Amino acid sequence: MDASVRSAKSANDSAGHALELRNLSKEYRAGIQVLKNISLKFAGRGIAAIIGPSGTGKSTLIRCINRLTDPTSGEILFMGTDLAQLKGRRLREARRKIGMVFQEYNLVERLSVIENVLCGRLGYLPAWRAWLRRFPAKDIERAFSLLDSVGLGDFANERADRLSGGQRQRVGIARALMQDPNLVLADEPTSSLDPKTSVEIMELIARQAAAQGIPVIVNIHNVELAKRYADRVIGMSKGEVVFDGPPKALEHSHLLQIYGGEGWLE
Amino acid sequence: MTAAASALPRRWHRFSLSERILRSCFYLLAAVAVIWSIKTIEIIPEFLQDAPAQTADLFARMWPIDWSWYKSGVHAALIETLHTATLGTILAVLLASLVALLAARNVTRSVILNTIARFILVATRSVHAMVWALFFVAVFGPGALAGTLAIAVHSIGFTGKLLSEAIEEAKTGPIEALTAAGATKLSILAKGYWPQVKPAFLGVAIFRWDINIRESAVLGLVGGGGLGMALEAALENLYWDRVGLVLIIIFGIVIAAEILTTWLRSRII
Repeated sequence: MDASVRSAKSANDSAGHALELRNLSKEYRAGIQVLKNISLKFAGRGIAAIIGPSGTGKSTLIRCINRLTDPTSGEILFMGTDLAQLKGRRLREARRKIGMVFQEYNLVERLSVIENVLCGRLGYLPAWRAWLRRFPAKDIERAFSLLDSVGLGDFANERADRLSGGQRQRVGIARALMQDPNLVLADEPTSSLDPKTSVEIMELIARQAAAQGIPVIVNIHNVELAKRYADRVIGMSKGEVVFDGPPKALEHSHLLQIYGGEGWLE
Repeated sequence: MTAAASALPRRWHRFSLSERILRSCFYLLAAVAVIWSIKTIEIIPEFLQDAPAQTADLFARMWPIDWSWYKSGVHAALIETLHTATLGTILAVLLASLVALLAARNVTRSVILNTIARFILVATRSVHAMVWALFFVAVFGPGALAGTLAIAVHSIGFTGKLLSEAIEEAKTGPIEALTAAGATKLSILAKGYWPQVKPAFLGVAIFRWDINIRESAVLGLVGGGGLGMALEAALENLYWDRVGLVLIIIFGIVIAAEILTTWLRSRII
């Protein structure tokens, strides 16, 4: 298992990208395209931030990658397969290698913090182990060390619903990393948090991504945060990519194009 | 503009004209229904008149209560009633859990299965436990087995409906997160749904046990075992002092179950 994981990782590195989207389109209602033929390549490391106004398809794009939303057409090439074609067991196996962090954290509130982190391993465990809480010792060890690394080592046995928003998102990040992913998707990870905590969370994501060499795709409202933490900024407007480049190249005129006018600046 | 607005008196009615007509029709129908019902049940005035006297007479015959009969005639039946209710509830919860999973539209994404499950829930519930008991007495003969199965099958509808609603109200966020982690359906049930549904599940099970104590106490009247059998024996022989004893025991056990379940529920939820 581990050997194949590692070889897959290096395969990504040699190919130069972890994920490639080809002509990805999504229509929730026939004829109304939320995503219009998106083609993007994502490198094997670093943070790519997708910015753009609400309702522009950012979330849909990120949710199409791990098929929480099914794209209408197009290809999602990840670890040598087209995720858009996968079903059932093979889709589950592919999802195990993609961690996801959510805006509303999406923890199981009545479970303890440590168990929420262990949930990141559910894709690797038979269901009876989940029912009986028989997690392998190796997984438990890793869950504790991940909790330490996100600064929640003392909270392992707290119930998740007793944590603050920032703490919950840290658990969410630990759960995603617990999957030992080759890619992390973060869908507005800071939008429910105050400005200071938002910075802390982005800092944590950046640090963990760099330390573990995992590429991250993050949807983010806050342009300043995107510029500060991303290696690459992708600007979307009305279902299309209108800017794609390093944060330094992102200029006022681009923002006007992405957000459509001066109004948002005030 | 303002002049025109002030010239026209503004009117406001709680209901529109058609709504008012409809409501009047409804009141009229309700009155007709009441009159019709009274005519149908054919109250005999003489019986109505001496009802208080009859009631007083009945209570007089029950007094003094035959406490000595408890040991030989009631105790075993009481235990049997408790067992019938408890075993019936456990069986019902097990069966209802399966049906509830099939009925919950967020877990079972098949309209056909949902409909079948919903049909089972309605069908089991709409037949009274007494009628189920009659059926199982015919199949298995009189006794606690028939009573237990009657309790179990009749409870599926109530328990399953509340459980399936609890499952459907589970938050989708955590489920989505576990799906994204590649968890199997069974694992998602274990770690996504079960923690969210557990309080409702225990609450419903305890509540149903409370109801089943009451129902199983009378199932013996049709051969379902337990206190009802003792009640029937006493009634048949016109031992009113013994009837009184059984009624007091039933009353006592229902109150005790009520207190116990209230306490349990407050501990869990």
